[in-house]
Amino acid sequence: METAEIYEKLKKTFTEGIGELKTNLPVYPFFFVDADKVNAICCFLRDEESLQFDNLSCLSGVDYDIDNLAVVYHLYSYTLNHQLVIKTTVPKTNPVVRTVSDVWVAAEWHEREAFDLIGVNFEGHPDLRRILLPEDWEGHPLRKDYKVPDFYNGMKVPY
Amino acid sequence: MAEIRTEEMLINMGPQHPSTHGVLRLKLALSGEIVDDVKPYIGYLHRCFEKHCEAMTYSQIIPYTDRMDYLNSINNEHAYALAVEKLCGIELPERVEYIRVIMAELQRIASHLVAIGTYGNDAGAFTPFLYCFIDREKVLELFEMVCGARLLYNYIWIGGLSHDITPDFIRKTKEFITYMRPRITQINGLLTYNKIFIERTINIGMLPVDVAINSGASGPTLRGSGYKYDLRKHDTYSIYNKVDFDVCVGTGEYGTIGDCWNRYIVRVDEMEQSLRIIEQLIDNIPEGDVQSAVPKRVKPPVGEVYVRTESPKGELAYYIISDGGIKPFRVKARSPSFCNVSLLEKISKGHMIADVVMILGSFDIVLGCIDR
Repeated sequence: METAEIYEKLKKTFTEGIGELKTNLPVYPFFFVDADKVNAICCFLRDEESLQFDNLSCLSGVDYDIDNLAVVYHLYSYTLNHQLVIKTTVPKTNPVVRTVSDVWVAAEWHEREAFDLIGVNFEGHPDLRRILLPEDWEGHPLRKDYKVPDFYNGMKVPY
Repeated sequence: MAEIRTEEMLINMGPQHPSTHGVLRLKLALSGEIVDDVKPYIGYLHRCFEKHCEAMTYSQIIPYTDRMDYLNSINNEHAYALAVEKLCGIELPERVEYIRVIMAELQRIASHLVAIGTYGNDAGAFTPFLYCFIDREKVLELFEMVCGARLLYNYIWIGGLSHDITPDFIRKTKEFITYMRPRITQINGLLTYNKIFIERTINIGMLPVDVAINSGASGPTLRGSGYKYDLRKHDTYSIYNKVDFDVCVGTGEYGTIGDCWNRYIVRVDEMEQSLRIIEQLIDNIPEGDVQSAVPKRVKPPVGEVYVRTESPKGELAYYIISDGGIKPFRVKARSPSFCNVSLLEKISKGHMIADVVMILGSFDIVLGCIDR
């Protein structure tokens, strides 16, 4: 199925919470969804007969612009061989998104990495802690305004 | 006799351990020898690849992508170059596509040889390890002939290649194909059908297909569970649609489909399929200039791209967001070993520590890929 058809199907089931389909930029079309509806939409995408998105290919956190962080979901269906890109944005002052680790188990580690490097809080995640950086590191490095700390546990962080 | 007091023991299989295939820390909760829980801790090889990418131009990132999965450099570069070329809309000459696929398949053979050799090493078989590395030397000599490097090549550039191949390379590759086929039979005789190896690996680490798909497992890990899916065939890229090869799955010849032995046999079978692909392409490389489509300056339009490729470890994908400048806004590398290692917690319950080592080896992880 093409993205436009999937988008129409979603719009019929979830009347609100879905942004408009953006098709003008390369390469794949995508659309935004509201942060609190993400889990419900993903459950629907996985369980619906004609969609069957049984695989979360990638979940990335993005430092979107000055005020917002974004989470991008790349979904793929092994059975029906189609893919989908959905995004959600959250403000930097309160970056909370509902987790999808109960829909796809693959999301557990991807969300930990997004939390670690970008700082998005996933509500409902079974074990949200840092994965790549040490447990007591301060700051979220992939943000554009990140400053490398001078000292870490008494050791000088080299430039 | 008095009651023996038992309690759960926490043992650390630390970052420095010969069997963890790199700097991976496993915290094992044991009752006796049986594992109750495994918690992997990663991040010991984190080199901030994604942050570096935001400070460099698109062509300067290629050596960094080499170093992510260092046993498999060509496939990393290939995936990244495909992603940028798709975003920019660059058309490649046929010669470039042919040579890229030949190199990628040679790299697949080299990567699987390491996987097979070290897997035997984990089980205690020291001889197949050296036999596999002798064969790998031949592949690395071929690479050195083309681009001068044995392990980290910086060979696949955006829009082309850094060096062209010589007729000498074509002759030596054909010799390698005739040399390698009986060596695969020899590895089968030494390791694959060895009774001790079979006893160590069958019925261990059972991975059902639906758990594998839901957890994002891919590559031989998924195909060992019997699911016939290969990105080169089912979501094809480059010129893989022009070559004829089989998708190898776990057959259940020994043990049950979904156990360690079946994941391992997928890798051995894939080496034979790679030889088939190289054979079909090596004599038919079209003429052309490998540098003709390389742009002077890579400046993609505003947009983003997500490209998935089949690396020997699984599904390697790059997500690149461009804001129109010469440096990317965000590069995310979706690495196959990252998703495969998260499965370790779920399928090693109830096994012994020695079995955990075999399960980890059957996933074929490289920490450079996991930590980036």
